Amino acid sequence: MTADRARIIRLVVAFGVLIAAVYIFGWYIPQFHEQGTTYLWAEALYIGVAAMGLNLLTGYNGQVSIGHGAFFALGMYTTAILMQSHDWSFTETLPVVAALSFGVGVLVGFPALRVKGLYLALVTLGLAVLFPQLTNRFVPHDLCKTCGTSQVGELKAVKLLPPSWTPTFIKYPDQWAYYATLTIAVIGIVAMYLIVRSRFGRALIAVRDHEAAAETVGINIARVKVIAFATSALYAGVAGSCFVLVKRLATASSVSVFQFSIEFLVAVVIGGTATVLGPFIGGIIVVFTGRWISESFPSTILFWHINESVKNLLSPAIFGIGLILLMYVLPDGIVGGGRRILNSRLRSLRRGKTSPAST
Amino acid sequence: MALFLTQLMNGIGSGAVYASIALALVLVFRTTGILNFAQGEMALYSTYLVWFFTQRSVPVWIAILLAMIISFIGGALIERILIRPVEKASPLVLVIVTIGMFLAINSIAQVQFGNDIKILPRAYPNKTWLPGGVQISSDTLVLVGVLLAECLILYVLLNRTRIGLAFRAVASNPESSRLAGVPVGRMLMLGWAMAAAIGALAGALVIAPVGLQGASMQEILVYSFAAAALGGFDSPLGAVVAGLIVGVAGTMTTQYLHAVHDIELVVPFGLILLVLLVRPSGLFGSRRVERV
Repeated sequence: MTADRARIIRLVVAFGVLIAAVYIFGWYIPQFHEQGTTYLWAEALYIGVAAMGLNLLTGYNGQVSIGHGAFFALGMYTTAILMQSHDWSFTETLPVVAALSFGVGVLVGFPALRVKGLYLALVTLGLAVLFPQLTNRFVPHDLCKTCGTSQVGELKAVKLLPPSWTPTFIKYPDQWAYYATLTIAVIGIVAMYLIVRSRFGRALIAVRDHEAAAETVGINIARVKVIAFATSALYAGVAGSCFVLVKRLATASSVSVFQFSIEFLVAVVIGGTATVLGPFIGGIIVVFTGRWISESFPSTILFWHINESVKNLLSPAIFGIGLILLMYVLPDGIVGGGRRILNSRLRSLRRGKTSPAST
Repeated sequence: MALFLTQLMNGIGSGAVYASIALALVLVFRTTGILNFAQGEMALYSTYLVWFFTQRSVPVWIAILLAMIISFIGGALIERILIRPVEKASPLVLVIVTIGMFLAINSIAQVQFGNDIKILPRAYPNKTWLPGGVQISSDTLVLVGVLLAECLILYVLLNRTRIGLAFRAVASNPESSRLAGVPVGRMLMLGWAMAAAIGALAGALVIAPVGLQGASMQEILVYSFAAAALGGFDSPLGAVVAGLIVGVAGTMTTQYLHAVHDIELVVPFGLILLVLLVRPSGLFGSRRVERV
């Protein structure tokens, strides 16, 4: 009886949250805000998507990658080049990006079979450092008229307008960028739920927890690992495509690719590993924290005056220190840690009213 | 032939740097089982310290020595304060902590000392000898000499002293050594401290010729990771040999393989991949067997 009631309450709450989320994300943010804010939210969403993908690898499969910025950049460049020099529309580029990043993910993922844990982090670090050199060498330098480097862009405004088949409430490029990213994010979240709860998802966790034991029950470890790697690469690649809609260009330097990789990883950890929504929320937090540091960070602390250039230099420090502190306080992230604390609270509540001090 | 030998010498010179930093990585990995992504930035900070002292007209070698001492203490403190609380955490948490350190140290160094390029005074005269057409610069000789000295000191310290014995005991089995009365915590601090001091020395020597700035150590760190992975992360000897291999492979490919022009980093990562695929524990690393 009480269990039923608890379940009903839960359902009602979940439904309410869902309605609120649909309204806020589907209508409130893109319709009532200025361009800059919509773009910022779109950015938060695609970082969230990439983090969610990385979490499949890191959270569920236990492999640490610090090279997913490379897949992100791969998606970015593929979309930008196809749109810029081959006149494709954004949506047409997505299947290509998905297939390409999955394919490259399989290729790079093969070493993941042999290397364990931290060693994979090394290999993927190489990926992150190498990718900008590759674009420098192989991307034609005439794709960017103004910058003269191996960037692609800036894309013409016409190409960023919403296509004709979209509903009429999508009027402006920023709304198109937002809704496109949002759609991808929703598909990504649903797909992730399905993946994690499937046979494959359980195999992922089994391999993470005990590789040898997983093998004895007939899990093909090689296949599981490679597919996990490639799927997370796919998420990162598609997120990179969305980057083009928001920033109108594709660019990769060794610093930026490494930073993206770290941002994804940080988002995973902030949100909570091995939770579906955690990394997504983590991605949003990362983007908005970054914005907060660069915009509304106080310009004097006590007697120390901080000028603009110092502020830019200082933001990684704040980020880094925040990260370390978070690892001490909530090593399982906001969603994971929140769930843990909530559960233990509930348990102590249920255990009886004998301990009045617990609340 | 002379060109080949010249490139060989250059390769050995830069390889000596990679070997030094790889040695630092190995010291940290052996004791605390951490891939320290912040090792390069710790060396960067130490090098800024050297610059700071030389600005106050301290002679270069003394400045390097001072920076090494401060780094030694700093390394120990980092282990004690930042790493110890998360010692038993998952590898992911440890990676995140070192990445946090990476970001923080790099930006603190630039805020504290300014982000313009610093020129360090040389610690020794810049000379080039030409025996039989082969160019040998004083840089190469000093770097190799320093590497040899490091190896010698580490060898004596680890294999010929009581502290070294305790250190190795902790590296191979912390639980048992704790039971045997070895101060495990202090040994872990020692590992980080030595790594930081080695990094300070290598950083100061390698950066002096090219100028010091925020991103100075990052590429070096990448090559050093390659070296450490190639040698097997738990073998100091492996780190040294592999560092030299990576250095020589780097200069040789840029000289003779024009296909990798602009993408030189292919070399260290090609090497890492190759080794990990063929021999996951590295050239000199010990293999681990897991029981179910």
